[in-house]
Amino acid sequence: MGSNDFATLPHIGESVLRKEDERFLTGVGQYTDDIQLNNLVHAVFVRSPYAHANIRSINKTEALAAPGVIAIYDGQDVTQDNINGLPCGWLITDTDGQPMKEPPHPILANGKVRYVGDHVAMVIADTLEQARDAAELVEVDYDALPAIADVRDAKAEGSPQLHDEAPDNHCYKWSIGDKGEVDAAFEKADHITKIDLVNNRLVPNAMEPRAAIGCYNRASDEYTLYVANQNPHVERLLLTAFVMGLPEHKVRVIAPDVGGGFGSKIYLYAEDVCVTWAAKKLNRNIKWAADRTEAFLSDAHGRDHVTHAEMALDKDGHFLALRVQTDANLGAYLSTFSTAIPTILYATLLAGQYKTPQVYVEVDAWFTNTAPVDAYRGAGRPEATYLLERMVSRCGWELGLSQEEIRRRNFITEFPYQTPVALQYDVGDFPQCLDKATALADVAGFEARKEASKAKGLLRGLGYSSYIEACGLAPSNLAGALGARAGLFECGEVRVHPTGSVTVFTGSHSHGQGHETTFAQVVAARLGIPVENVDIVHGDTGRVPFGMGTYGSRSISVGGSAIMRAIDKIEAKAKKIAAHLLEASDTDIDFANGEFTVKGTDKSIPFAQIALTAYVPHNYPLETLEPGLNETAFYDPTNFTFPSGTYICEVEVNPETGETRVDRFSAADDFGTIINPMIVEGQVHGGLAQGIGQALMENCVYDRETAQLLTGSFMDYTMPRADDFPEFKIDHVCTPCTTNPLGTKGCGEAGAIGSPPAVINAVLDALAPLGVKDLDMPATPLRVWEAIQSAKAQ
Amino acid sequence: MKTEITINGRASTIEAAPNTLLAQAIREHLQLTGTHVGCDTAQCGACTVLINGDAVKSCNVLLAQVAGCDITTIEGLQSEDGTMHPMQQAFKDCHGLQCGFCTTGMVMSAVDLCRKHPKADESMIRELLEGNICRCTGYQNIVKAVQQGATNMNT
Repeated sequence: MGSNDFATLPHIGESVLRKEDERFLTGVGQYTDDIQLNNLVHAVFVRSPYAHANIRSINKTEALAAPGVIAIYDGQDVTQDNINGLPCGWLITDTDGQPMKEPPHPILANGKVRYVGDHVAMVIADTLEQARDAAELVEVDYDALPAIADVRDAKAEGSPQLHDEAPDNHCYKWSIGDKGEVDAAFEKADHITKIDLVNNRLVPNAMEPRAAIGCYNRASDEYTLYVANQNPHVERLLLTAFVMGLPEHKVRVIAPDVGGGFGSKIYLYAEDVCVTWAAKKLNRNIKWAADRTEAFLSDAHGRDHVTHAEMALDKDGHFLALRVQTDANLGAYLSTFSTAIPTILYATLLAGQYKTPQVYVEVDAWFTNTAPVDAYRGAGRPEATYLLERMVSRCGWELGLSQEEIRRRNFITEFPYQTPVALQYDVGDFPQCLDKATALADVAGFEARKEASKAKGLLRGLGYSSYIEACGLAPSNLAGALGARAGLFECGEVRVHPTGSVTVFTGSHSHGQGHETTFAQVVAARLGIPVENVDIVHGDTGRVPFGMGTYGSRSISVGGSAIMRAIDKIEAKAKKIAAHLLEASDTDIDFANGEFTVKGTDKSIPFAQIALTAYVPHNYPLETLEPGLNETAFYDPTNFTFPSGTYICEVEVNPETGETRVDRFSAADDFGTIINPMIVEGQVHGGLAQGIGQALMENCVYDRETAQLLTGSFMDYTMPRADDFPEFKIDHVCTPCTTNPLGTKGCGEAGAIGSPPAVINAVLDALAPLGVKDLDMPATPLRVWEAIQSAKAQ
Repeated sequence: MKTEITINGRASTIEAAPNTLLAQAIREHLQLTGTHVGCDTAQCGACTVLINGDAVKSCNVLLAQVAGCDITTIEGLQSEDGTMHPMQQAFKDCHGLQCGFCTTGMVMSAVDLCRKHPKADESMIRELLEGNICRCTGYQNIVKAVQQGATNMNT
């Protein structure tokens, strides 16, 4: 079925209320920490208070004697049992052709700790309180070493070294694009715009802190790991094949209800391995649940780039070439997908929505004494969009072109479009998104509002951002060529039951996105049955055949397409059964609205009867067709999908206090086909809140001297709250994706990708009359006030 | 030590250490896991319950402090026949939740908010929800849900 036909089916484009809501609203959701098991004991981790230190000794004697303590394990115990360190899932090749530096990532420290919160020992006791008390009694003798937190210090000569395997703390230098062509274009440029910026480090802060329960069944020699995770099959693959050396069929990973992820629950973490490994050693079920402080210390963080970029333009404001140098902070160790974020998911997006003929990007990735950095909502694409849209706005200001005009002059308008940085956009309509955004934002009324603000002593500014992202990760062959160590397909199984209801098993995972509803709509639409007759099962390697999970806005486009393929198989088989019952050729059978009909006749049979016949095959072509109606499909995408849009932010700044208030925010997105508009809009709202949070308040700060985490709680790290936002205005453009059967592009990250530059551009527009030309995120009142003061001083 | 409370309309005696937090007692002793713990600094509000009708962060109260009190958790909000409370229904109707983790505390705060301020407008609701953090929804549909919930509760 093609995407145009699909979009016209019943339930597609309908805001069906969510099937999952009632359990969450009545308190019977089951998050990992809610699970109670017999024989359950509790684990607490002893974590390093130093950012960088050698461990001279660990004395467990007193702790082991404490009440309720069952065991205490450290790095030596792990090594003795041949448990490996955590693997990195993406190999980046250096510009000199050598593989990136890949130092070991031990699950419990092996003689050295490299960030505050690094895992030193695991204490297991009967109760959580006993484990906590005993953890305080573990004596670790540290020999503190000088530490680095800032990427600019990592590269400095003579700086402290984290890993013997990575001289100068350098993981890789990677580049994309034609440097020679770019340099030549700069020679001919009429104008060059330059920018230096920092993409601030963020803590994902899903509301459910990470948690894991390791279980072992001696009778079957099987492990079960309950874990707050976005991709249980990937977790199992990494855990078994790379870390524990176990066969996969002996390990079941269950990711039950998961309270948000935003990337931070993609990865295999040390705690997950530790509780699984120790479950067999102790023959106990072992639970670990992070408190928020641990989450701040040990969840993978996001962003943390320092970038210099230059744009070459001709006299009419056409972009000729873009040159970018970025330093990326990877933290102390390589988290699962960390290496791909500042490269594959960042630099390839730097053509943006523009027909810049040449782009060259060079990325240096560095180790520092901070928590590992990996994907956080948007993952590389927010960093690209922030750089590019700050740059484009500055180009407009420098050349005296309006924010709309500088964009319109450079928009790509013909598709498919091959960018100079590897991607081929299949479809889009960038001018239409800009038109819709300007209409939503009432740009025409801005000057009047600005005057009104001025009368109150306030400054008003308007900021634009036209983003594009690559979602639907990813064609496996392309990802493999780029260094991925896994495929990026998805799997779906559609099980039709004898009475016509359906259970779908998907490798995608929902941790807030509403798959249980959206995916059910897809199946109900295709099979012509009520949405409530379809249940979606996810998050359990024991029930779902396989899967690559949910990240990168891939679920509907890749996971949904796998389900579509499985339904194609169901439909083909059902037609054969119908043909038999209706005494016709299966090529003469049509299927629509849940009825199989013989072309040109009034003979028909409903779907439910075909289902029953498949399982009660009394009158059935058994010699040519197997009974049953249960099909599995794997879908590997042929291209990324490319959601795009324009966001316009309007702020009011108080020049006396530096306070910024977002007064209006308008978003016009092109997500292709939309299955459930209510859910899509909810995703946009959430993304916008995170993006505006990054722009105005969120900032993960390590002390530059000691590498101590200064923002380790909700008291210190500003989380956006309800009164930080206006009502977002949202509209859509629809150019269906041409490379998947649904026409969908994905919507989960757009808000977080597109919004930060819109906000900062708006603040800079507001401050322009005061001479402020630059500002780094987050634009806190202090930073804005300081920028105003320093502009005044000049 | 023993503490007597009324939990979701039923009298209950809990035997627990004196330093037991109310959130802990609810989750671990009463096995009512709909009350969630999302932080350790009384900032996020996921653990909000009603104590004698007032929304309170249960991670910040000792069990011993609520002896004799009437506690309502998310599990006690529905009617006996299983019908959701008008506020729960409003959250569903308005898509006021995504991952569901903050939701239970958010709903408890919203119930208290609407009882005390039945005519709260959008900006007042936003201000009064300041004690509850949601990372998924951007709050827009939560605000809508609270407005609709207030209407539903008053009819």
